[in-house]
Amino acid sequence: MTSAVATAPAPIVAEPTTVPVSAVFLALLRRDIRVARKELVFFLVRTTMQPLLFLVVFGYLLPKMNFVGNGYQAALLPGILAVSLSLSAIQSVALPMVQDFGWTKEIEDRLLAPVPTRVVAAEKIVAGMLQGFIAAAFVLPIARLVMGPIAELTWTHAGAVIVVVLLGSLAFSALGMWLGTAIAPQQIGLMFSVIIAPMIFFGCAYYPWRGLDAVPVMKYLVLVNPMVYVSEGMRGALTPTVPHMSLAVVGVALLIVTSVFWTLGIRSFYKRAIG
Amino acid sequence: MGAAPGGPPPGVSRGEIVALQSLDLAVKEGEFFGLLGPNGAGKTTTIGILTTRVKATSGTALVGNADVTTQPVRVRQRIGVVPQRPNPDRGLNAIENLQYHAAYFGIPSARATTRAHELLEQLGIADKASAKVDEMSGGQQQRLMIARALIHEPRVIFLDEPTVGLDPQTRLALWDILRSLHGEGRTIVMTTHYMEEADKLCDRVAIVDRGELLELDTPEALKSRAPGGTLVEVTLSGNASEAVDHVRTLEGVLRAEAKGPVLRVYSDRGGRIVSSVIQIAEERGATVTNISLTEPSLETLFVARTGRKLD
Repeated sequence: MTSAVATAPAPIVAEPTTVPVSAVFLALLRRDIRVARKELVFFLVRTTMQPLLFLVVFGYLLPKMNFVGNGYQAALLPGILAVSLSLSAIQSVALPMVQDFGWTKEIEDRLLAPVPTRVVAAEKIVAGMLQGFIAAAFVLPIARLVMGPIAELTWTHAGAVIVVVLLGSLAFSALGMWLGTAIAPQQIGLMFSVIIAPMIFFGCAYYPWRGLDAVPVMKYLVLVNPMVYVSEGMRGALTPTVPHMSLAVVGVALLIVTSVFWTLGIRSFYKRAIG
Repeated sequence: MGAAPGGPPPGVSRGEIVALQSLDLAVKEGEFFGLLGPNGAGKTTTIGILTTRVKATSGTALVGNADVTTQPVRVRQRIGVVPQRPNPDRGLNAIENLQYHAAYFGIPSARATTRAHELLEQLGIADKASAKVDEMSGGQQQRLMIARALIHEPRVIFLDEPTVGLDPQTRLALWDILRSLHGEGRTIVMTTHYMEEADKLCDRVAIVDRGELLELDTPEALKSRAPGGTLVEVTLSGNASEAVDHVRTLEGVLRAEAKGPVLRVYSDRGGRIVSSVIQIAEERGATVTNISLTEPSLETLFVARTGRKLD
């Protein structure tokens, strides 16, 4: 076919060429990155405002007032990062899903892409993971600035930091996919107060898990909360002198959590997508 | 011929959708095919199934020999879809909507951009290329949806009530666009509840109601099958059944039926029987609250087959 007749359809006998799944996946990802770049400022404000405010109060004001000891900042910093990346990853998937399936139906053009519907869902989760990563990368230097020098902070386990950030973001992005497709749009407000808020407060973000030795029931109950493993993983990687769970336990737990949410999320997306 | 119910699939697509009770039809390659029916007839569900977006509970549907249930990816490679309500990607501007959609179909970006500009030009929205979708009017968004459905050069195009909510001028412009697509040899499947649209554009029309196929033929053949004469519909203040027997004896009345307060009379003397009908009704103590006249058309055929009007 020549470009002069670009609008003429392909000859009837020709089978449409098959597009590799990876090419479609990357095109979908490029689209999400393009949209995220346009909204970067809003995204950062929306997802990091709450952790940053916490940071100011608990990481700066309370230590200044001598209400908390110096060591608290070292325990808090990784927790703040954990909250930032988890919230970002959840919201960057759940909110668009609620909108797209609830009323705008905007995702329709991607559902018509020549790939299995599950690939579209998988791409969304990966895009959410990247946004979690960006949130962590944004909050870390700010946190360090607000809190001042933290003796316990070390970069010797930079690789572990990246792995925990990526795995944690992936787990929460997949959770966002599940929540965003399984919850009725009218109930999305409830999602924040009933699921996300308890997750943050019982996620060992603002205190180390070992601190819960004082309340043994709580110590074991919070283990169902995936946020615990992100917080503790960040502690183990960034401030290893603060008591923390072993990184191996964190890694295994996050892998299990991710595969569970991934399965649930993609299944739920498929149900919503194919009426 | 593809029109034979239950026949093998000689054409591009064939639906047999038990969820819609029963709809068995075949569309030929290069045909402009219309699905005509009132709201709730199952038209959108049919399009949803054929475009892999809705799962049929039973039956089979093929698009270009690819099964929509077992080979959805192959189906998607072949089709372009224009939805009932424009659903552009609002995170992207107009031309990006086309460029990214092309990318989902593996079209290299340089070619996609050239083609996107061509399509925007062809559809008369070239000046909106870098506009935000929200800044475009409903008609412009609908054109963008058509451009999106064409960017990957599909052989089969599905349009679900493409002209609903458009002003008359835009509707006519859209008709021209659809005619030229058809002229290029593409297969077009369009749903509509506008008689005129089906009549003027389609090679063949399937009339559906409540998920069932009522009629399937060319618009001309269907019109010739419509009950003869002008349809005179008279709404009375009371029950119409008392008057109906007497109306049947009037000269020029081919058929008459009563449905609640509505008296339907098919007349081969046009509207001239109206005064006699009114007289008969009033002799029985009823007053006339509404009168309408419809020339023989797809509309009168639909009314004759279902006892209801299209919209």
